[in-house]
Amino acid sequence: MIFDFVPLWTLILGLAVFFYVLLDGFDLGVGILYNFAPNTAARNLLMNSIAPIWDGNETWLVLGGLGLLAAFPLAFAIILPAVYFPILVMLLALVFRGVAFEFRFRDAEHRTFWDHAFGYGSALATFAQGVVLGAFIQGFQVEGRHFTGGSFDCITPFSLFTGIALLFGYSLLGAGWLILKTEGQLQTLARNQARLCFLGTLAAVGIVSLWTPLVDGGIAQRWFSWPNIAFLSPVPVLTALFGILEWRAIADHKAELSPFIYAVLLFSLSYLGIAISLFPMIVPHHYDLWQAASSPDTQIFLGVGTLFLLPVILVYTGWSYWVFRGKVRADTGYH
Amino acid sequence: MTLDPLVLSRLQFAWVVAWHILLPAVTIGLASYIALLEGIYFITGKEIYFRISGFWTRIFAVCFGMGVVSGVVMPFQFGTNWSRFSDATANIISPMLAYEGLTAFTLEAGFLGVLLFGRNLVPRWAHFASAVLVAAGTLFSTFWILVTNSWMQTPGGYRLVDGIFYPTSWMQIIFSASFPYRFMHTVAAFYVTTGFVVMGVAAYLLRAGKSTEEAKRMLSVTLWLLTLLVPLQIFLGDLHGLNTLHHQPAKLAAIEAHWEREARAPLALFAIPDQKAETNHYAVEIPVLGSLILTHDVNGVVPGLKDFPPEDRAPAIIPFFAFRIMVGMGLVMLALVAVGLWLRLRGHLYDRSWFLRALIWSTPLGFIAVVAGWTTTEVGRQPWTVYGVMRTAHSVTPSLTGSDVLISLLGYMVVYCIMFPAGLWMVMRIVRAGVLKDGHGPVEAGRPAAPVKSGDGS
Repeated sequence: MIFDFVPLWTLILGLAVFFYVLLDGFDLGVGILYNFAPNTAARNLLMNSIAPIWDGNETWLVLGGLGLLAAFPLAFAIILPAVYFPILVMLLALVFRGVAFEFRFRDAEHRTFWDHAFGYGSALATFAQGVVLGAFIQGFQVEGRHFTGGSFDCITPFSLFTGIALLFGYSLLGAGWLILKTEGQLQTLARNQARLCFLGTLAAVGIVSLWTPLVDGGIAQRWFSWPNIAFLSPVPVLTALFGILEWRAIADHKAELSPFIYAVLLFSLSYLGIAISLFPMIVPHHYDLWQAASSPDTQIFLGVGTLFLLPVILVYTGWSYWVFRGKVRADTGYH
Repeated sequence: MTLDPLVLSRLQFAWVVAWHILLPAVTIGLASYIALLEGIYFITGKEIYFRISGFWTRIFAVCFGMGVVSGVVMPFQFGTNWSRFSDATANIISPMLAYEGLTAFTLEAGFLGVLLFGRNLVPRWAHFASAVLVAAGTLFSTFWILVTNSWMQTPGGYRLVDGIFYPTSWMQIIFSASFPYRFMHTVAAFYVTTGFVVMGVAAYLLRAGKSTEEAKRMLSVTLWLLTLLVPLQIFLGDLHGLNTLHHQPAKLAAIEAHWEREARAPLALFAIPDQKAETNHYAVEIPVLGSLILTHDVNGVVPGLKDFPPEDRAPAIIPFFAFRIMVGMGLVMLALVAVGLWLRLRGHLYDRSWFLRALIWSTPLGFIAVVAGWTTTEVGRQPWTVYGVMRTAHSVTPSLTGSDVLISLLGYMVVYCIMFPAGLWMVMRIVRAGVLKDGHGPVEAGRPAAPVKSGDGS
């Protein structure tokens, strides 16, 4: 091949997964906080704040999954069996949570059931995604082109911890979103929740950042050897900076957008940190991006369409957020 | 008893896809139907069509939501349970699935919002355009999924290196030998399925004395459409059958439970195929008709299962009965449409209670036919995932144990057994409420009825 498409596809897939984490992250986070909403009116508002956009957000999960299959099929074929049960739990939880949007207000007799489906479903899906992340960082038992471990191998103290970490992280995003979309008492509640989630996230990111190099010597080598430590130091430094700014923004009652923005920036840096730790491996310890890549013909054929369609999708995703901008109020609720 | 991860994985895939396919079967049809109604309203300005489209849009919203969540499950099945298949075929099928996501999913998700809540917010033409784009999205979706499925049935445009498929011609991959027939047959099936749902609902409304004017219009328009579509579908099915005979003779032999290769072959109306004894029990056959139907020639040669080694044969009993159920449903639908036409010509379409009752009972016929047809084609493809090239037994994820898959299958069963009846109940609730009189009522869709406007800003 005269041109190497792997870097391009790495970028596309990296962005798709990142968009998914951010977008479904905050609406799953709202779903987690839904469990703690004080009353039905608050629950209505919480759900309304994400109702117009959640299905678009979930599209990125499909695009991310299919993107992995298309660009790095070997990774898809190894990773998915390795995280069989977390994926199962995530999918079932997402099914419950997804139908709850529609069913909750059509089926007033069983509203409590659908409330739980939504709240618990969101939390469970998040936890399962966190377990997938932890298992991925730890790596899998592979022989040849197959995962050869057991389906429960992915359940480890580390992956359970990353599951909890993601609960805090998504809740922080969700709380940031609610600060932006609500007002009055509900916003105050969101600020309090954001503060708690921020501390939780901070602790979790700190522990994962220390735990990962301990689990994996290669990762320690990457971050702490000279001159890497100099090049990579902006990542922890910026994380600390945005952490301080986030803390102040949550406390500042005039700041409505910035808590969400700083939460997004913190997520970006964590994501970048994981990418730096693992690059260029897509199946940690076994296959790098080039070894797992699909055929160049496949990457070109899909790449052409993707480069054309992705900007279109981004534009009207942005547009739909613009349409639904502003505070969510009770009078624009369900009918 | 040992649990076989292969068998259980197949059951699991059958379970999740059989439920999922019910939703596209109705949303693809409804999207086009809504676009048609909006088009008539746009051109004629008659409010009744707008009211009817609002009614069906509410039902569409529920089905679409369920289609999305049950659809998200599907691509992950390839990875979790069919990893060897994914590894081997990804170079070929992944762009098809990804293009489905990119084009269809996004068109649908993008303009669905306008269709659902923009009824009074955007100009009439924009609403009509959104309906058309959503319908186009659903058809794109069908296109790419059937491209993938057809390639698995009649693969082409590839070369095989070390067990991995590599593309050599995208045109041959996309327009594989069975694709045009499968695509037309499936889309027509979805339209017919939706048509019978619309007629069933209209008949219910007429009998219940609700929204009578709208119900008559629904029934009338839909019956005209079905008068064309049902015969067309039977014709398309016949073409698809000829295509199968040509490209997948072993599948055809299984569908017909035909063991010996012969000319002037009979048609088995009923039989219990016995895979081990290589024969049929209790067969009821009509001489020569098999050759006539399958080859359009009384002396045509029909392949037999014995032409193929036992390990390459599909389990005849399933496609044999599934196919007969599908055709049976088709004939019942044809009869209903014919009776409807006759009643219409005599001016009694709306006032024959027995006919309306028959229509209510025939609401699920299309769904049964779709699932039966899907079963025919998928089980008929066995023992292959990529017909003639890659075996199902070599496609399953090697790390899975029987109990792993049993747990996940039970999980899907429990969740779907809650979700789908609940969804059906929601739809029946909308139907019972009837067509909203003002027609401008907000479309309830799990979304705010209007974009949230910023009051004081932030």
